This record gives sequence, C-alpha cells and structure tokens, in this order.
Amino acid sequence: MADTAVKSIGGVLARQGILVAFILFMVGFALWNPRFIDIDNVFGVVRSSAILGIMALGVTFVVIGGNLDLSVGSMLSFSAIVVLDLHENPAFGPALAIPAMFAMTLTLGAINGFLIGYLRLNSLIVTLGMLSAIHGLTLTYSGGQNMDIANQNETWFGVFGRGTALGIPIPVLIFVALAAVLGILLAKTPFGRKVYAVGGNPTAATFSGIPRARVVFMTYMISAFCVATAGLIQASRTMGAPLLGGSGTIFKTVIGVLILGFIQNGLLLAGLEFYVQFVVTWIIIILAVWLDIATKRGKLWSPIA
Amino acid sequence: MQNDTVKKLVRNGAIWAFILFQLVFFEVAGRWWSLSDGAFMDMDSMLLLLKQSAPIGIIAVGMTVVMINGNIDLSVGATYALAGIVMLDSMNWPFMQAMGDSAIPLAWLFALFTGCLLGLINGVIVWKTGVDAFIVTLGAMLGYRGLVFMYNGEQPTYHLNWTMVDFAEASILGLQTPAIVFLAVVLIVWLVMTRTIHGRNAYAIGDNREAAVNAGIRVGPHFVLNFVLIGFLAALSAVAFYSGSGSVNPNDGMLFELWAITAVVLGGTKLTGGRGSIIGTLGGVIAIQLLRRGLNHIGAQTETVNLVIGTILIAVLFLDRQLNRKGAEELKV
Repeated sequence: MADTAVKSIGGVLARQGILVAFILFMVGFALWNPRFIDIDNVFGVVRSSAILGIMALGVTFVVIGGNLDLSVGSMLSFSAIVVLDLHENPAFGPALAIPAMFAMTLTLGAINGFLIGYLRLNSLIVTLGMLSAIHGLTLTYSGGQNMDIANQNETWFGVFGRGTALGIPIPVLIFVALAAVLGILLAKTPFGRKVYAVGGNPTAATFSGIPRARVVFMTYMISAFCVATAGLIQASRTMGAPLLGGSGTIFKTVIGVLILGFIQNGLLLAGLEFYVQFVVTWIIIILAVWLDIATKRGKLWSPIA
Repeated sequence: MQNDTVKKLVRNGAIWAFILFQLVFFEVAGRWWSLSDGAFMDMDSMLLLLKQSAPIGIIAVGMTVVMINGNIDLSVGATYALAGIVMLDSMNWPFMQAMGDSAIPLAWLFALFTGCLLGLINGVIVWKTGVDAFIVTLGAMLGYRGLVFMYNGEQPTYHLNWTMVDFAEASILGLQTPAIVFLAVVLIVWLVMTRTIHGRNAYAIGDNREAAVNAGIRVGPHFVLNFVLIGFLAALSAVAFYSGSGSVNPNDGMLFELWAITAVVLGGTKLTGGRGSIIGTLGGVIAIQLLRRGLNHIGAQTETVNLVIGTILIAVLFLDRQLNRKGAEELKV
C-alpha cells in the first residue's frame, strides 16, 4: 500500500517535475518574503512575463518540430520598430499599421520556413543568418534611431500593452488566450500530431505520408505570428528585453516562463543583486533539461564513455 | 573519382576565391564611386585587418575544433569578458602591485586559468549529464555573463600598464602581437587537428559518435579537452586584446559566438561535425573582416554589414548543400 503510494508520487514527480519545481519555488520564496504572493506582485510578474511567454509559445512549435529559431529576438525588435514607424506614418495610422506589421513579420517567418522546410537547410545556421540579417534590416529601417509615438495620449494604440479588462492586464489575457488556442492546436488536432511526428522521426513521418516541408513551414509561421503579437505588446508599452526559452508542451512552456519570471522577481524581493538571476537561470536551464533527459533514459548520468 | 577531387577543390578553395573576389570588387568599386582616395589593398591596411580579426579569429579556431567534434559553444563571449576582467582586476590586487611589472605574466596566467576552468565546467556538464552542448552553453552564456556583472557591476574594469601596452603593440615584420598570436594559434591547432591522435579522434567522434565508441574511443574526455581548449582560446583572445586596451566593459564579447560560428561555417566546417578545417576558418575570419572594411571603404552604412553577412551565410549553406548533395536515391525527408 505504502509502496504503491510512493510509486505513484514518484510517477507524478517524473511526469510533472517542472510543475512540482514551480510549486516548491513559490512556497520557498513566499516563506522567505510574504510580499512575494501579494496579488499585485503576482499580476506584475505575469504581465512582464507575457511578452517572453508569447514568443516562447511559438518557439515551442518550432522546437517540437525538430528545429531551432534563433531569430525571434531580432524579429521582435523588427516588428516593434515597424509598427511604431507605421503608426506615426499618416498614410497608415494604427488601424493599418498593425496588419501591415503582421504581414511583414509573417514574411520573415515564411523565409525561415521556406529555407528550413522546403530547402531543408540547417535551422541553426539559417536562423543565425536571419538574426544577423533582420538586425541589419531593423537598423537600416530605423536609421539607428529610437522610435517614439509623438502624441501618446491621442491614440488607442497603448491598449495592448497598458490596458486592462475586468481588472486583468491585456497582455496577460492575450498570453492566456494564445496559450489555450495553441495548446489545443498542438495536443488535440491532426496538425499538432504531425508536428510531433516530424520532430520525433522525420523519416518515419515521410513514410507515413506527412508533408514534412509544409508542417515545418507552418511551425515557423506560427512562431512569426507569436513574435508579431509580442512585438505589438512590446511597442505598445515600449519597454522590456527579449529572451529565449521553452520546450516540450505548451503547458510546460507556460510554467517554464512563469518560473523564470517568478524566480527573477523572488530573487529581487529577497534582496539579491539583479545579475544573480542570470546565474540561477543558467543552473535551472541545465537542471531542467538534465532531469527531463534523465527520466527518459532512466539513468541520472549519461552513458557516454 | 576525378569528380571528387574537383568537389574537394571547390569546397576548400571557395572561401579563398570569395576573398579574392572581395579584394578586387572593393578595390574597383572604391575607385569607381571615388568615395575613397586610398587604395583598398595596401599593405598597412591588410596588416591592420589581420590584427582586427584576431579577437574573433582566435575564438573561431576553438569553435572549429568544438564543431568538428560535433558540439558547439555559445558561452565564448562571456568567457572572453570574464577572462579580461580577471586579468585587469588581478593587476590591482595589493600583492600583484607590489610585484611591479613581473606581475604581468601572472595576470595572464590567471586569465587563461579562468578560461580553462569555464571550459572545463561546460565540458564536464556535457559529458556527464548528456545534455546537448547547445543547451548547456546557451545556459552558460547567461550564467557566465551573470558572473561578469557580479564581479564589478556595470562599471568597466580597468588597469593601464604601459609595459603591457608596449607588449601588445610590439610588432615583428609589421605584424602586431594580436595578429602574431592569432597566426600562431592557427598553426598550432592546425597541427593538433591534423597530426595528433586527439585530432583524428575528434573528427571521428563528430562524424559518427556511435562508430567512434565502438572503435574504442573514449568520447567524454575528448569533449572535455576540446571545451577546455576553446575556453583557453577565448581567454587568450582576451589577453591579446585587453593587454593593449586596458579596460573591459561588462558587455564586451556579446555576439562574439555568432561571429565566430559564422566565420567557421563560411570556412566550410560542417555543423553536424566530422568535417572542417582550421585553415578554412582562417579564410572565413578574413572574409568577414574584409567585408566589414570593404563596405566601409565604399561608403556603405555599417548597419548593412549585418544584412549582407546574414544573407551570405544562408547563401553559403544553400550552395554547400547543392554541391555536396548525396545520390538521388537518398530519401527526401
């Protein structure tokens, strides 16, 4: 009896390790500093995690499809700069600037998807090249200048980054909605299963008649769409710095992003130096991936001689 | 058979042909648009070019070895900054100051030791946990950068020692110290990769890890040795550069990993491991630096450099794929 209980607890730990870690962190920080679980603080963390989180949702698809996307960071600044510039352009205005920016960002995603999906080039190098190219494009476009909206009070553009609905910040609502839609897309639809198949075993997927190229192309389009959404929010609040993170399922991505957000916040509230979080993030990334691999192979240490 | 020789020639010669093309193009274009009065190809500017490519070049040599071995290291930029900080800061320690100029070699040793240690940490984690080197060093890129900032906050670390500056600016046959160090590293690591058992094993492991294990090669220690090597080279790069400049900014070295990887890939090293050459990387490093200077020479904006290099990188990848395509019977996945 006790034995099966231990086993089932072990099973939960193995399957939901990342969730357990999340809860432990929350409890630990809350004991350390009660202000940590204050409702305002929690909302603040979720709000500032939203941009990173939305980008990570898209990257999840790319990674599960067996590829990488290093270009999301530079794509984010591209989309933010473009939407701000078009917003200030009298020919566009906010109502046209947003679809135009989405179209341009999706074009970049289509280039990634075409090169990696249809031409089958290595995703690390392609997106590395795109990182550099998009960076250059953004600098050329903006002339190295910062973009600002001149009359910040006369536009409804700020609603995406600063607004609230029913007391919940809009970025959080967008994050939750996108996570729900993309989570269902990945877990419950044929397309989602094709993404797993292509990432898991491309040869078997091809033999099963799955159009690998199109599936990979779509993962990059989803990634670009998420980046464009994140760029819109970023531009709308004109603050924040992009980062990379996330793998596995949408659920794990969300938890992973929240863990990083809460740890950052918890370390600050605990009175530690800002940069300590870099080191802690390093340790967490490696521990998380290591434990994931260790559970899969059933051994803690790698069998490499 | 003959086809293979042609292919090999194309693969190894392509980067040098590209360099030659750049030299001619920028020389002609510079005159055509008469934007610059100086010639592009004079001796002084070429020597300077070699010196300027040294910091990234030394790191790119290490990156070549790690990539041939089937791994990658994204943490080199942070290692470079931390080694630089340790070197300059150690010169300010009381016992080091008491030693006068004889403390300089000791400071260099501290820096090189730091680099080796950071490389060792990466190598051991990759070996023992089995986590992909990409993830391990992506984490370390953050973690080591955190250490850089924790050392001195956002303040620059500086120590100006004229003996050290003189050393860094000394020159033999017009080549300044960083350029000499760069060329020496290219030569030594080239010898290691082509003439030693370790080099041969590194190729074998990168080409087919399982076969290498079956052949009795101990994969782990080779991984660790190569990570220590790239850590050492990142620190050596910092030693060569900061001895002359005397000041480290905590943001220094950011994006170095991207430039190094770009140079390595341009030089023909396979991302999947098992193939590549140090000499090719030398070509890749020179090609990138030439492009920077060349675009500047014809009066293009500095921002366009990123755009051009990104495009070239993807084009090279595409051409390489087309040239090295396996038989038509290969499954199209």
